[in-house]
Amino acid sequence: MEKKKNRFVMTVLSIILGLLFGAIALKVSGYSPIEAYKVIWLGIFEKPKYVVYTIIRATPIIITGISVAFAFRTGLFNIGAEGQFLVGSLAATLAGVYITFLPPVIHAVVCILVAALAAGIWGGIVGLLKAKRGVNEVISSIMLNWIALYLSNTMLTVSSFGFKRANSDSSHKILESAKINLFQNWKVSEAGRAALANNKLLKDVLTPPVNAGIIIAIVLAIVVWYILKHTTLGYQLKAVGYNKDAAEYAGIDIKKNITKSMFIAGAIAGIAGATQVLGVNHQISILGASEGYGFDGMAVALIAGNNPLATIPAGLLFGGLKYGGAKLNSSSLGAPSEIINIVIGVIVLFVAMPKLYDKIFSGIKKIMSKKDRGEQNV
Amino acid sequence: MYNIAIILGITLMYSAPLIYTALGGVISENSGVVNIGLEGMMTVGAFAAATVGYYTGNPWLAFLAGGIAGGLVALMHGIACISFYADHIISGIAINFIGPGLALFLSRLFFDGATMTKPIPIENKIPRSLNGVFAKNSVLDVIFNQYDTVFLAFILTAVVWFVLYKTKLGLRIRAIGEHPEAADSLGINVYKVKYIAVILSGIFAGFGGAAMSIAVVANFRQSLISGQGYIALAAMIFGKWKPQGAMLACLLFGAAQGLAVYLGGTSIEVPSTVLNMLPYIITLLTLVIFVGEGGSGPAANGEPFEKN
Repeated sequence: MEKKKNRFVMTVLSIILGLLFGAIALKVSGYSPIEAYKVIWLGIFEKPKYVVYTIIRATPIIITGISVAFAFRTGLFNIGAEGQFLVGSLAATLAGVYITFLPPVIHAVVCILVAALAAGIWGGIVGLLKAKRGVNEVISSIMLNWIALYLSNTMLTVSSFGFKRANSDSSHKILESAKINLFQNWKVSEAGRAALANNKLLKDVLTPPVNAGIIIAIVLAIVVWYILKHTTLGYQLKAVGYNKDAAEYAGIDIKKNITKSMFIAGAIAGIAGATQVLGVNHQISILGASEGYGFDGMAVALIAGNNPLATIPAGLLFGGLKYGGAKLNSSSLGAPSEIINIVIGVIVLFVAMPKLYDKIFSGIKKIMSKKDRGEQNV
Repeated sequence: MYNIAIILGITLMYSAPLIYTALGGVISENSGVVNIGLEGMMTVGAFAAATVGYYTGNPWLAFLAGGIAGGLVALMHGIACISFYADHIISGIAINFIGPGLALFLSRLFFDGATMTKPIPIENKIPRSLNGVFAKNSVLDVIFNQYDTVFLAFILTAVVWFVLYKTKLGLRIRAIGEHPEAADSLGINVYKVKYIAVILSGIFAGFGGAAMSIAVVANFRQSLISGQGYIALAAMIFGKWKPQGAMLACLLFGAAQGLAVYLGGTSIEVPSTVLNMLPYIITLLTLVIFVGEGGSGPAANGEPFEKN
């Protein structure tokens, strides 16, 4: 319990230090840090719809965060979440466009499952190559990230596939039945319009593409937390991560578990891609470079201390900083929004240094105890 | 023959930035500090070189500035990993957020809010000393008429090999990477040697970035480095943590890149996105087929060392 409490205090301190470093960088470059943070704060909280946008922005990185955290807990470094996200997006879009006979909800569920399966296989390849051929998972993941990017682009650019819409850089839109947006039909229905006309708050909240993604993220976080904490599968996977040799001695099949673990991590990252397609973009587009959802997920997982449940607040923090921070450029202040990446990097850097806090805490204790003794002498 | 020359020329050009950066990885990881932050260090190096190059017009000063900037970012990684026993991977990921963030932040400050630096005129880029030595567009010209940073990359590979395997410092770096406690008991200052190795790795990664921003192209922009630091990292692992191995892996990758560029210019009908994919597929297949059970690097790589 003590340890958990320390971990929480440490994370909060790291966040404060990150924001402080950001403030110093802004100050040095001639911007008012208070004004800048005010822009970010208002950018998130000024209107209800901003809060909703923040949640939508946070959803995919919460889920990739869960993926990375899960892999970390089983002793694997999932630098491949980026590619798995792309494969999940591609698979969900294909299923959303070309499966035409399913009713709503079921169609969406199928899309998510297809995305999870495809991205799970993508992640599983990494595990399999490591288990069978000893290929370092960092290299294969990095290569597969790029292959995923160009695979997705290939599907779009080769015109004979017919996947791309004419005169655009994007695929066909997914069918209505595959979307996971909420209240969209109601919003444009007569009853809905009448209700919204009288309720400004509700109208504001429903302006963004409200969708079930965040619910999926929360459910996933709970499921993954439960698997790791309360199931034999979770116990085995963690045992392999904690001490490979001991686990093997105890009769756990290491190779199988590595593949299994990477499959699950990939499937989770694929679901992140699916929610983004089914809930927000409704299509995929030709990309020049990866969008960073997987790498952002790494930061989320690390700030969350690799606890699946903690990825939710960590992802919301990160999503908020990204969404609110993006408004820095266009604000009257004109401060560079890249400051957010510096802030996040510094937070992660401080989270990585528990020993620094130990030193600070023991230093404070020493000073305090000296003070106590000093007072007693008087 | 001429076609092969074109591919070889492109290979050399694309490999050079990767070689510098991969060498940086080799130095750091041989001392036991995992350096996933190469990407961030490379990006800052690319930005610093392009900026100094633009303002001073002196390419070698710019190149040096790229190295110094990379080294400073590496110092952060060193403080976290060596003095405060941070998890090396986590610290590296942090560096990869801070580095590109810092580069773009500073770019906006120095260049009126633009996320790219102003282009350097061709006469202020890294020179091409062999330009004009061979007949124009002859086979030798196509292969060897390269920016000097290309040749320097190979010279530095030999230097790093020599330092690592033939000098006292190199022996100490490797000893610490294998068994820091033993090295410590022999009176080696483990912390100091690790700091030297990590800062050197940042300098090399910074050179790698500079070799991109003031030689291959003429300015820094947001997408310039995107992912090359990770590829250099992969090349280092592929090359089994050895300078010559890392160099060969970078050349393989560069050759695949060269092949893709070459095929793109021919009448063979292959979609460009498939060609773009080629280097990554070739690298992965080579690993699976020929390398397989690769080495696992220095024994104490990634483990924190705490002096008792």
